[in-house]
Amino acid sequence: MRRRPNYVAGAGSLVWLFLVGLPLYVLLAATLRTRQDYAENGPVSFPDSFTLDNYTGAFDSGFGQYFLNTLVVTASVIAIVLLLVPPLAYAIVRSRGRATSAIFRLFLLGLAIPAQAVIVPMFYLISEAGLYDNLLGVILPTAAFCLPMSALILSGAMRDISPELYEAMAMDGASPRRMFFQLVMPLSRGGLSTIVVFSALQAWNGFLFPLVLTQSDSTKVVTLGLYNFQTEHGIDIPGLLGAVVLSMVPVLLVYLFARRALVQGLMGVGGK
Amino acid sequence: MTTQITNARPAAGPRKESRRRPPASSTTKVGRPGFAWALPAAVFFVLFAIVPLIMVAVLSFMSWDGLSSPEFVGTDNWSRLIDDPVMLKSIWLTLLLTVLGVVLQTPLSILLGVWAAGHQRNRAVLSVIYFIPLLLSATAVSVLWRALLDPNFGIPASATWLFGDGNLFGEQATAIGVLAFVSTWQFTPFHTLIYQGAARAVPPVLYQAAAIDGAGRYRQFFHITLPQLRTSMITSMILMIVGGLTTFETVLILTQGGPGTDTTISAYYMYDKAFKSFDYGTGSAIALVLVVAATIISLVVVRVSGYDKMRSSMEGVS
Repeated sequence: MRRRPNYVAGAGSLVWLFLVGLPLYVLLAATLRTRQDYAENGPVSFPDSFTLDNYTGAFDSGFGQYFLNTLVVTASVIAIVLLLVPPLAYAIVRSRGRATSAIFRLFLLGLAIPAQAVIVPMFYLISEAGLYDNLLGVILPTAAFCLPMSALILSGAMRDISPELYEAMAMDGASPRRMFFQLVMPLSRGGLSTIVVFSALQAWNGFLFPLVLTQSDSTKVVTLGLYNFQTEHGIDIPGLLGAVVLSMVPVLLVYLFARRALVQGLMGVGGK
Repeated sequence: MTTQITNARPAAGPRKESRRRPPASSTTKVGRPGFAWALPAAVFFVLFAIVPLIMVAVLSFMSWDGLSSPEFVGTDNWSRLIDDPVMLKSIWLTLLLTVLGVVLQTPLSILLGVWAAGHQRNRAVLSVIYFIPLLLSATAVSVLWRALLDPNFGIPASATWLFGDGNLFGEQATAIGVLAFVSTWQFTPFHTLIYQGAARAVPPVLYQAAAIDGAGRYRQFFHITLPQLRTSMITSMILMIVGGLTTFETVLILTQGGPGTDTTISAYYMYDKAFKSFDYGTGSAIALVLVVAATIISLVVVRVSGYDKMRSSMEGVS
């Protein structure tokens, strides 16, 4: 079917290209020029200097440590989610018990709880548990808040497994445990990668829990590092933007190599 | 209850169950997991989400400065909050920003989503650029725009013909404008994805039939595309509303609630009360207001759209 060009949508998309492209140009250009060049010629101009100091400078002001901390938080959150959610989703999909459906309703309700809502008691609990200013104190609540959406995503994926496959295994006298490991886990790889990406994004981009539950440099995560850099060296804009670019590199890599899983993980983030 | 616990033991479960239930299609009941499989996740979630949620309600009736032990003060926090002009103002500002977000983002993301749903090659390439804001955290987005809009070194300073004195953070109207704009910049790509997926799921035969009847592009858009996007629109708008209610980083980093309290939305006021004024009791009361609002809205989510419809809006996403 031959179609005329759609001028309205085309124009709208060009406006959006400008709104996204210009800030991204300024972002990249600023990180590759000197502070003096940026201040004198303005952000939109073409750089007349070239330097990588803004990137090395970010590491000098502690971002190496912050990256390491964020990595620890992210990996631990993924581990907790992978340990807890597959059995949960399996029970949600396959169990006929009333207790399981009550648990499922609990998690559906949990979808509605914003982190802001529980941050004060969380601060109290984590302090009482002696985990204040400890990465574990950030990991546990962050993982807990990944559970509802992960359970929803993964049980959705597990529902697609055809009942005949279960029946065939049941004929052979397979236990629920054997079905879980030999049938359910291998067939829900797509859902598993989505919840990994979803929880990784939650942990990598998390801000409120680290903001309230940590204070020293040795436990600082990248997002908090950006915030502090902005409040302390607000005037060094190229340095600040260098840190911003570094913070998005890992997500960019996932975007390049696992686009589908990333987009589906992102949809989960928005559904939060 | 006891039978369910028995079912939890995989080896013992199946046969006992078939005794209790009618034997029809008995094969489907063999080898079902018991609720013990769900238990570890449930315990973890109760400990780190449900318990704090209950505590926030309790703390809203207590006075706590973060150092001494919390003390019961009855409804003191609540009565002070009701008389607090800043609280009232923060609710209005939250509503204003939420409505602005919906009004700005919905038409933009429908337009972009329908456009990006086409399979032309240039659209695929441009889409990659469009979705880049999604790769940045809310913190990074706010830090980026704070730098870009810096009164002295940012874009406004080099375009004074457009921005006047260049300080967009100095007045309420422009500060709210900045917050609405930055949220739109950050979240439009996400909602575009929702609409892109939904627009791809519209059966092509509807357009072919309309074309045979002589309907032009705009009639097709208003009479086929938009009605077909209705469920996605509900999902997307509810997500925008919940997102608007819980906006926090954007305000903290861009305006710190200022000038004065002119952009102090409720979530930021909660943080300010609790962690800056060390009045955790009042902070909890504000948090409870947020929970109730978010719960009501997500009950509406489950009622109106249903989460399986949310899943169908994700189909076609590439």
